[in-house]
Amino acid sequence: MALDQVNLELKGGKSYALIGPNGSGKTTLIKSILGLVVPTSGNIQFTGKSILNDWKYREKIGYMPQIGRYPENMRVGQLFEMMKHIRKDKPKVDEELLDAFKLYKIYDKRMHALSGGMRQKVSASLAFLFHAPVLILDEPTAGLDPVSVEILKEKIIREKRMGKLLIITSHILSDLDEIATEMVYMFEGRIQYSNSIENLKAETNESKLNKAIATLIRQRELLESVTE
Amino acid sequence: MTRIIKYIFYDILRTRFIIFYTAFLLVCTFAFFQIDGDFGKVVLSLMNIVLMAVPLVSVVFTTIHFFNSYEFIELMLAQPVNRRSVFLSEYIAVATSLCLAFVIGVGFPFALYGAWQSISTLLVTGIFLTLVFVSLAFFSSVLTRDKAKAIGVALLFWFYFSLIYDGLLLWVIYTFSDYPLEKLTLTLIAFNPIDLARIIMLLQLDISALMGYTGAFYKNFFGSNMGIFFSASLLMLWVFWPILVSMRIFSKKDL
Repeated sequence: MALDQVNLELKGGKSYALIGPNGSGKTTLIKSILGLVVPTSGNIQFTGKSILNDWKYREKIGYMPQIGRYPENMRVGQLFEMMKHIRKDKPKVDEELLDAFKLYKIYDKRMHALSGGMRQKVSASLAFLFHAPVLILDEPTAGLDPVSVEILKEKIIREKRMGKLLIITSHILSDLDEIATEMVYMFEGRIQYSNSIENLKAETNESKLNKAIATLIRQRELLESVTE
Repeated sequence: MTRIIKYIFYDILRTRFIIFYTAFLLVCTFAFFQIDGDFGKVVLSLMNIVLMAVPLVSVVFTTIHFFNSYEFIELMLAQPVNRRSVFLSEYIAVATSLCLAFVIGVGFPFALYGAWQSISTLLVTGIFLTLVFVSLAFFSSVLTRDKAKAIGVALLFWFYFSLIYDGLLLWVIYTFSDYPLEKLTLTLIAFNPIDLARIIMLLQLDISALMGYTGAFYKNFFGSNMGIFFSASLLMLWVFWPILVSMRIFSKKDL
């Protein structure tokens, strides 16, 4: 079982950092929210409505997958055309990232010819394309060059200021420090800790997020060894 | 949904497999016309192609296509699109393109020779068989995440229905030949779509005697029209149950 008794409430206007070791269930949690993974028990609600058997709510979510998988024979330009065509209900698109990453230069390249970083840029641009009020970004900065990371981070911060709900997973904690206000720590499919980052820093007497988390984990381990 | 179907069609056309399939059928049909000018004989020769090659091609093409468009499916499912409509779009696009290839490949030469009449049953059963085996292939594709395994299961369906099942049927008839087996064989035939298609064609061509025992009995029992109607409705069932079951599995599948 990848997820076990997860109980979590995510509020609009806040930005959540989803942290945890590899295989702790972060991506599975995200995929459950998107309906890509169907939970065997329990319920997920989006704006008060259950998402099991629903699909319309996804128009409010922009998703950037950890590993972007796209039809390999498609050209980049065709991919964007297709997504716009399928989401005809949203005639206004946000092409800020497309321009910033200069993706129009690779419009006639096929997806299989793209490097990991370029693919990541395509994923990011797609996630922001439809002005979704909820943004789910699964390791957005992994594999990007430093310039692109800054472009993406600035974009994320701008979106955050617009009052959007952000869910971001990352292993680069210094990035999260600038973006996120809340932290959810997952371990072996359970949520171990969920609080605002300010509170976490106060609790652990640290000023940097990475130190605070390290201290938190050490405290937990210590506590466990005592109770055992 | 039509937008999704359009993109799947586009993707299918790009692989050119469908075009090769159409060309293969065209060549076969024209070749049979060259060998013999008698329409009846051409239809009979084509029947064997329809009963063996059409299911095989449908099964292999469908499974390969399904796994090749896995990324597309994943991409669509993160969008505000219903899972069922994605799945149905896949089915409709694949089934339509295979059926079109078949109708053009076999029908065009007949139209050229002006023999539409004699080909209608062959076309209908060929379309039915395509639909049935596309359904079965979708069923095997949603059962597993492993492409090789899915193709294996799909090929097993084909192998089972086109070869093994008849062997078993013969064995049953031979072993229990002391008992009245007519009704039993009749029921058993309903469990094999290829046999059903064969019966429709043989009843139509009025050569049921060639099918020996069961064919003669079938004809006797139903008369031509009733027999065709009965087998056609059974074939419909064979189209629908695998696709309904696989849609159920797919709507709960983790991607």
